[in-house]
Amino acid sequence: MSLADSLDVRAGDPADLILRRATVLDPVAGIDGVHDVVVRGGEIAELAAPGEGAADGAEVVEAEGMHAFPAFFDPHVHLRTPGHEHKEDVETGTRSAAAGGYCGILAMANTDPPVSTAADIAALREQARAGASVPVGFMATVTKDMKGEDLTEMVELREAGAVGFTDDGLPIVSARVMLRALQYQRLCGGTIALHEEDPELSADGVMHEGPVSAALGLAGVPSVSESTMIARDAALAAYEDARIHVQHLSAAESVAVVRAAKAAEVKISAEASPHHLCLTDEEVRSLDPRRFKMNPPLRRESDRQALIEALRDGTIECVATDHAPHQDEEKDVPFEQAAMGVTGLETAFAALHTELVLPGTIGLELLVERMAGGAAPFGIERPTLAPGSEANVALCDLGAEWTVGDDGYESRSQNSWCAGRTLTGRVMVTLAAGQVAFRLRSFSLGVAS
Amino acid sequence: MRHLLAIEQLSREEIEAILDRAESFAEVGRRDIKKVPTLRGRTVVTLFYESSTRTSSSFELAAKRLSADLISVRSAGSSVDKGESLKDTVATLSAYDPAAIVIRHPYAGAAQMIAQWTGAAVVNAGDGKHEHPSQALLDVYTLRRRLGSLDGKRIWIVGDVLHSRVARSNLIAFQRMGAEVTVCGPPTLIPRGIEELGCEVSHSLERLGEAEVVYALRMQQERMSESFVPSLREYAATFQIDTRKLNPRQLLMHPGPVNRGVELSGEAIDSPQSLIAEQVAAGLVVRMAILYELLAGAERPTPLAEGEGTAPTPIGQPA
Repeated sequence: MSLADSLDVRAGDPADLILRRATVLDPVAGIDGVHDVVVRGGEIAELAAPGEGAADGAEVVEAEGMHAFPAFFDPHVHLRTPGHEHKEDVETGTRSAAAGGYCGILAMANTDPPVSTAADIAALREQARAGASVPVGFMATVTKDMKGEDLTEMVELREAGAVGFTDDGLPIVSARVMLRALQYQRLCGGTIALHEEDPELSADGVMHEGPVSAALGLAGVPSVSESTMIARDAALAAYEDARIHVQHLSAAESVAVVRAAKAAEVKISAEASPHHLCLTDEEVRSLDPRRFKMNPPLRRESDRQALIEALRDGTIECVATDHAPHQDEEKDVPFEQAAMGVTGLETAFAALHTELVLPGTIGLELLVERMAGGAAPFGIERPTLAPGSEANVALCDLGAEWTVGDDGYESRSQNSWCAGRTLTGRVMVTLAAGQVAFRLRSFSLGVAS
Repeated sequence: MRHLLAIEQLSREEIEAILDRAESFAEVGRRDIKKVPTLRGRTVVTLFYESSTRTSSSFELAAKRLSADLISVRSAGSSVDKGESLKDTVATLSAYDPAAIVIRHPYAGAAQMIAQWTGAAVVNAGDGKHEHPSQALLDVYTLRRRLGSLDGKRIWIVGDVLHSRVARSNLIAFQRMGAEVTVCGPPTLIPRGIEELGCEVSHSLERLGEAEVVYALRMQQERMSESFVPSLREYAATFQIDTRKLNPRQLLMHPGPVNRGVELSGEAIDSPQSLIAEQVAAGLVVRMAILYELLAGAERPTPLAEGEGTAPTPIGQPA
């Protein structure tokens, strides 16, 4: 099933174009070579020999030296609608995703009010069909209004089109409620995605607990506040043979728990964010909440290394941005008072390419694979460049240097953790669900004569 | 020095420059007319978002002794009560073109943050549990007068280190001045990883005797309800500094206000080895020196001729 069928996107003209002499890399499909990527009627018609693809009057993108990847899939985005449209909405959030090379995203349910009823899902899907640049799937909350007490009408929500369930933003504190949700999943399906944190341990913490929090006098969030909850929920999922997805892993202890659960064949998947893969709590010494305050917090270098190792060995199957837009007035306050979260859609690939691929920490194939790894855990088919499939393509110039923020953002908010950083690698064109979802303004498309 | 935001940002030389300046103001303080015209026509704003007695009063008196015009803003009863953001409050006050803003705020980094929003020199008078640099400077000043130098001296900081901005600033300042610092308290009140700041950690007063200086911290009542310690009684029994635990050659300090009978026994407070009153007196001259260094230090000659003897000219006397 194509992304256009399983998720919601604005209807538009199917793309007809050729990416001429692109270096095509789709590690999962086993494609690696220079081709003309011929897109006809929104499908990848063929991967022709370089220079051989017939234009037939279609647009020709001179892509020599550029890379065509399967476009990315982000299972963790905050679109902020309903209720906080001053931060983001379906239109700006999906534009931001398109600019980052994404062909699909999942929207979290911790809106105001939270997405807890079938009517909420129906309204959001309608918005997406009216204005989403890339396909969007909507998650519903596990518990009514995220209070952690009563389950939502999960069957009805699924029938209305909820992709899965999550109380993201908050943990499900009660083990009993968690167990009930996992039991009920047998009836309704839908992966349950978990924000893992024991609030008794994280309490009023605003950053990782360690030498930096000691030096700054900031209340710390111990790494075990995350790993102990994952251990609990992995045990519950094993007990009920249920399917869970652990969101935004941040600590080495958490990696160890997920790895052990996978070894025990628990149906568990996990994601990590670009900021946790690139940064450590040393950044917090700047006391800049706009770029460096988020939940879970940035942790130690040893945690970052554990996340990278987990990304390599598949313990973490996908990169997820946890794109969390906030307005300036929520960030222009002292660190402890500032809202948690950073944006990441527009910079995820470029940041990871710059920080992990260029220094040789991970290979380009691995990054490309993990950037789209967030679809499968939610039962969504992963994007591919295999001929005959729906065109979902990220065309990237891996040599392009750019300074984040210089050209503004597609997102309505500016709290990018990469603000001011110079990154190498830029998304030039994104095809999503067979449509041109994004093209960099300065990158004009030539039309074949 | 453009702002005083954190001891962490000061070199030993910069700390010494402020202390030397404070010495010269101590001399002014012994005169009948204690005021100097240095900051005449300039405005100092004190902006306090937390209660304070000694810090606010000594900064205000320091500004007056330097002949500055003073605006004192307390969050209670001001537009802060009406929901004005820190950024807007600072913009409003900056419209008066102050030379300096002295700020105390319940959250870390507030002083650093407002330094981006105002042309005034910013003085951190305490930001959350982060830093309290003027306290550290006055403590180093007090000790330097007693000991001559802090080089090689062993200083124990005892009590609730976790919630103390004084502990953090003093730990850094004492070390920067050459002292060896041990922090001591129950494990629940010592922040995880503090040893990476270069100090030793102890959970017992057994080796307190090796210290030349004992610096006790305030133990707050509310810590009981958060299970940091089971009871004040047990805390006092284990960590209270009293005259039996102190030996006569040790110096005793405390940032105030003291909980008599909790972190310190009454006898210890009133003992001759207690420097608590000297710390308060030092607060005034050190804060004068801070304002002077920030506002007049760069572009004006020192109030003392290089060398000793001449003090700043008191008001009403020919310069």
